[in-house]
Amino acid sequence: MELLSFGDTGWGDELFFATLMTIAVSIGAMAIGFLFALIFTPLKLSKNKTLNIIGNCYTTIIRGVPELLVIYLLFFGGTGAAMYVASIFGYDGYIEINAFITGALAIGIISGAYSTEVFRGAILSIDKGQFEASKVLGLKKNIQFYKVILPQMLRLSIPNLSNVWQITLKDTSLISVTGLVEIMRQSYIAAGSTRDPLFFYSVAAVLYLILTFLSMKIINKLEVRYNKGF
Amino acid sequence: MISIFPSLLNGAVITLKLLASSMFFGLLIGLLFAILRINKNPIINKFAYGYSYFFRGTPLLVQLYLIYYGLANIEFLRNSFLWVIIREPYWCAIIAFSLNTGAYTSEILRSAFQTIKEGYIEAAQSLGVTKKITFYKIQIPIAIKQSLPAYGNEIILMLKGTSLASVITIMDLMGEARKVNVLTFKPFEAFITAGIIYLFLTFIIHNIVKYLEKKYGFQT
Repeated sequence: MELLSFGDTGWGDELFFATLMTIAVSIGAMAIGFLFALIFTPLKLSKNKTLNIIGNCYTTIIRGVPELLVIYLLFFGGTGAAMYVASIFGYDGYIEINAFITGALAIGIISGAYSTEVFRGAILSIDKGQFEASKVLGLKKNIQFYKVILPQMLRLSIPNLSNVWQITLKDTSLISVTGLVEIMRQSYIAAGSTRDPLFFYSVAAVLYLILTFLSMKIINKLEVRYNKGF
Repeated sequence: MISIFPSLLNGAVITLKLLASSMFFGLLIGLLFAILRINKNPIINKFAYGYSYFFRGTPLLVQLYLIYYGLANIEFLRNSFLWVIIREPYWCAIIAFSLNTGAYTSEILRSAFQTIKEGYIEAAQSLGVTKKITFYKIQIPIAIKQSLPAYGNEIILMLKGTSLASVITIMDLMGEARKVNVLTFKPFEAFITAGIIYLFLTFIIHNIVKYLEKKYGFQT
C-alpha cells in the first residue's frame, strides 16, 4: 500500500495527476468530437449527393480502421506534415507537436464519427410533425433548429452519447503509446521502475472502473433531468 | 508503396488468425457467462455481472498489459505448466481478446435471451418438451439468431482491437505498418496502406454478417 502513498516515496500523487490528465484528454476529445459531429451530421442528412458521400466516408472510414492507426497517423504523420509546412517557410528545425493536442485531436476525430451517427439517428427519430409545425408557425430556419430540433435531439441522444463517452474514455488509454502521461502511461512507468506490473496495472484498471462508474452516475442524472417533461 | 505490400499482407494474416481464435474462445466464454447471467442464484448472477462489468469498464490495453506483464509477475504461475502459454505474447493477446470479447458477447446474448417471446417457451411447455431441451433447442438458437447484427458489430470492434497486439511485440498488420514506418520514415504510406487493408477486412466481415443475417436472420 505504501507504493500508493503521496509524496516522494509513493506513486499516489503521480497516479492522481495522471487520472486528471485522462479526464482532461477525454473531455477535450469529446469536445473536438462534437465539433466534427456538428460539421458532418448536416452533411450526412443533406439531400446533396456529394455532401452525403463526404459525410458517409468520414464515419465509415473512421469506424472501420483501428483507433491506434488514427493515433499513429496523426502522431508520426502530423510531425512530418508540420515540418514540411515549416520548411516551405524556411524553417528546417525539428518540430514537436504537443502530445496532448495530437492525442485529443486523434481521439476527437474517432469519437466525432460515433457522435455523428448518434446525432443523425436522433434527428431522424424526431417526429416529422415537429419540423412541419415549426415551419407552419413561421419560425426562421435557425430558430427552428435551435429552439425546436436541438433540444429534442439532445434529449434523444443522451443515452447513446453516454456510450460514446465510455468509448472515448477507454480510447484515451491508447494515447499512452505516444508518451502522454495519463493513467496507462503512468502505470507503465511505475510498473517499470518498481518491477511490480501486476499491482500497477490493477490500480490502472480500478481507476478506469471508478471513472466509468462515476460518469455513468452523472449521465443517469442528466438523463432524468432532460426527460422531466416526458 | 508496392514493396511494402507483401509484409503488410503477412501481418494481415496474423491479424485474422488472432481475430478468429479470439472470436471462437470469446463466443464460448460469452455463451457461458450469458447463461450464468440469467441464472436465478444471486451469487452466480453477480459474479457474471462483475466479470462483464470489469471487462467492459476498463480499456482493452489495460487488460492486455495485465495479462502480458502482470501474470508473469506471479511466482506460482511462472513455475506451473501455464508458463508455456503466458510467456508467449501471441497467447497472451488471444487470452486478453477472448476475455474482452467474451464480456461483450455475454451482454449481447443475455439481452437476446431476455427478449425471447414468452410464447415460444410456453408453447414448448404445453407440448411437454422438457426444460433442458427447450433451452438447448429453442432458446439458444433463437438467441443466437436474434443477436447476429449486434454480434457483427462486435466482430468489427474486435478486428480493430487486435491492432493492440502490436504493442506487445506481435507483428500483426499494425505491427508491420509500424515497422515500415520506422524503417522508411514514410508514416503516410505505411499507415494509410494498413488502413485500407483494415477497411477492406471490415467491409468483408460486414458483408458476410449481412448475408448470414439475410439467410438465417430471425423475422419476428
